[in-house]
Amino acid sequence: MKRTAGIAAALAWLAASTPAAAQLAVRGETVHTAVGEPLQDAIVVIEDGKISRVGPASEVEIPKGFRTLSANVVTPGLIDARSTIGLSGYLNQRHDQDQVETSQPIQPELRAIDAYNPKEALVEWARGYGVTTIHTGHAPRSLVSGQTAVFKTRSGQVEEVVVKALATIAATLGEGARRAGKESPGTRAKMAAMLRAELIKAQEYEAKRSAGSDEAPDRDLRLEALGQVLQGEVPLLVTAQRSNDILTALRIREEFDIPIVLDGVAEAHAVIERIRDSGVPVIVHPTMMRSSGETENLSFETAGKLHAAGVQVALQGGFEPYVPKSRLVLFEAGVAAAHGLGFEAALQSITINPARILGIDDRVGSIERGKDGDLALYDGDPFEYYTHCVGVVIDGQVVSEETR
Amino acid sequence: MGRLSFAAIVLVTGLGAQDRPQAFLGAHVIPIAGAEIENGAVVIHEGKIISVGPADEVELAKDAERHDASDKVILPGFVDTHSHAGNVEGGDGSAPIQPDVRALDSIDVRDARIQKAQAGGITTSNIMSGSGHLLSGQTLYVKHRDGKTIDDLLLYRTDGNLAFGIKMANGTNSRKDPPFPGTRAKSAALVRERFIQAIEYRDKVQAAEGDSSKLPPRNLGLEALLEVLNGERVVHFHTHRHDDIVTVLRLANEFDFRVVLQHVSDGWVVADRIAASPHVVGASLILIDSPGGKLEAKGVRFETAGILDRAGVVTGVHTDDPITDSRLFNRMAALAMRAGMPRERALYSLTMAGARMLGLEDRVGSLEPGKDADLVVFSGDPLSVYSQVLETWVDGVKVFDRSDPKDRLYAEGGFGASHDQEATFHSVVEGEFE
Repeated sequence: MKRTAGIAAALAWLAASTPAAAQLAVRGETVHTAVGEPLQDAIVVIEDGKISRVGPASEVEIPKGFRTLSANVVTPGLIDARSTIGLSGYLNQRHDQDQVETSQPIQPELRAIDAYNPKEALVEWARGYGVTTIHTGHAPRSLVSGQTAVFKTRSGQVEEVVVKALATIAATLGEGARRAGKESPGTRAKMAAMLRAELIKAQEYEAKRSAGSDEAPDRDLRLEALGQVLQGEVPLLVTAQRSNDILTALRIREEFDIPIVLDGVAEAHAVIERIRDSGVPVIVHPTMMRSSGETENLSFETAGKLHAAGVQVALQGGFEPYVPKSRLVLFEAGVAAAHGLGFEAALQSITINPARILGIDDRVGSIERGKDGDLALYDGDPFEYYTHCVGVVIDGQVVSEETR
Repeated sequence: MGRLSFAAIVLVTGLGAQDRPQAFLGAHVIPIAGAEIENGAVVIHEGKIISVGPADEVELAKDAERHDASDKVILPGFVDTHSHAGNVEGGDGSAPIQPDVRALDSIDVRDARIQKAQAGGITTSNIMSGSGHLLSGQTLYVKHRDGKTIDDLLLYRTDGNLAFGIKMANGTNSRKDPPFPGTRAKSAALVRERFIQAIEYRDKVQAAEGDSSKLPPRNLGLEALLEVLNGERVVHFHTHRHDDIVTVLRLANEFDFRVVLQHVSDGWVVADRIAASPHVVGASLILIDSPGGKLEAKGVRFETAGILDRAGVVTGVHTDDPITDSRLFNRMAALAMRAGMPRERALYSLTMAGARMLGLEDRVGSLEPGKDADLVVFSGDPLSVYSQVLETWVDGVKVFDRSDPKDRLYAEGGFGASHDQEATFHSVVEGEFE
């Protein structure tokens, strides 16, 4: 405890004395860059928060005055491709549950950045295991529940940690969207019908707004948000677990020519060719997600099968109705690695692949010159149950040295 | 009644067991009792373990069937001290304390989660009703044999009676509108009141000295509580917060009952108190992948298992199936090891610790001659994410085989993996249902 406090104090001093970022070098017996063969006995140099050099220790000289960390294994900072943490909190009380608003089934105007709590304990917890970037936001609990955003997991106010303020608009086809009694949508067909109707409204709104002058309707934030999807600027993140729901998502994508990312896909193993042919990337459910209800047919092997078929696959910590409500993407990738995905693809599913899917691969997702100085340090194979995360670096700052 | 069933179970076990001795040779054997054995052997016959030792020292009967287990790891079948597999139910909403209700009367043995437990190497489970009551009913200890009915899974004590415990809970889950308690103090008061009723019932029965005109009306619930009070039955007490844990210790002390602390999220806060209680048989932990999720469990930590073990508490882990996946039960112990529990204690927490908490340490939990032939065959280190359960044996019968596509489906998931086993007319009549 005292040690932690000491490190925290030291970090605070470090941050105060070097406001931009510490100058840092990290030496790894093995460095997994996520975009090539692993490097043995290699050094990563971070200057002013960005990676400036990567290479074998025999070739890379650590500049004078640089702090040096070393570890058995170094990976890029991990990315959780789909979470709600920061909007959902660990106490699970009314006051820390902002991941879904239930007054209306379609609310794409709800912004994740207006609800994200960077100091949430779950964010600190994910960070301690090497997760440096999270794609988080509104939960798959409504037909269109709201927006998602990408943040660095370091502490700070939203504006200081945001990577992408509007990453996707979250939609759900399936049980998460179903409403009780006389409220709509009460069935799957109604979900699709309502989504179509709203997209058509957004098309017509855009047409009238761009026609200008007298015809122009009053501003409508909801339709403007969907307009960004229709213009191809923001993908619709569609949570669909059953195979028929997955195909509905692909059908709507074709009808409106919109970018989508598939999320969940418990029954993807039944429609792999259709997903592959669509070219749509997939954020697979947490590998250890409970198999019941509409996820009863999920499989530990889904990520591996999709990857083998050539689908771009990312993994997630997810959001579930009961403990653990959020899972750790590092652990999910480990189980996927052991059930057909393999080490390298599993690492990519929590680094470079989500970075590409989310359009942030210019900054994060791999250890390459010019990218953000985000690293995770481990004392062994990161996926092994009993390996520890021993250090986490974000933007060149050492944010954790606890053994977890 | 008990004795009749006892005879029946011997018959079932006898039929299923292999006629010839089965010898697993060349494995890395982890007996739990004693040191790990490189190039070891385990021999089983008629549902029991015959011998365990180095492969070149074990005597083999001529007719023994040899299994090449080189490059594999064999350890005792896992004991899950807290499971809800089989869609078990307990008490209903009518009252907070229902000791007459039996898990036995509510378990669906065709529930896929029974098979999934086999796929995770679990051979013995304590199947319990939930924690929404102060006392939700009698639990049931089962063997994960392949069964058509619950009778095929039962475990009997040496006195011929069914093996089970009693499920109790405190904290927030059991706090509801009346007749349930609205506060923690009321929860303890209601429990106290009912135990005192049981004592008075016992006194009346004793005073009647067999005179039926003086006997109180029979009360099955109080009879079950008397088995707790006389030490025959263990209470499995769901408890999370440190003050709730201490309340359990206080009640156990007042009424002198034996208790297994279940979940014990704040166990690290009061480890010394738990270790000092003569009433605690053990602590059974669940390690959850992220903190909190419910307020009273906000203190849950991976470190708690190691802390309690070091304090001298018999410390096991459980699945709380379906809260965590029975197929990854080994992971629970591996996480405990990650957070400081020594490797051999982590292996103990999956096996012998649970056996002791269920009072079955003479039969299961370690590989020793004379014990039940309950084995798990792993492809490698049983605490590694990369290892798979290859086979699970219960009472000398192979109940899970990863090379069998039907079993593999349960292990990996996919279409049908979560459905009840189909008992179609054809499969039953043809005897294919297993």
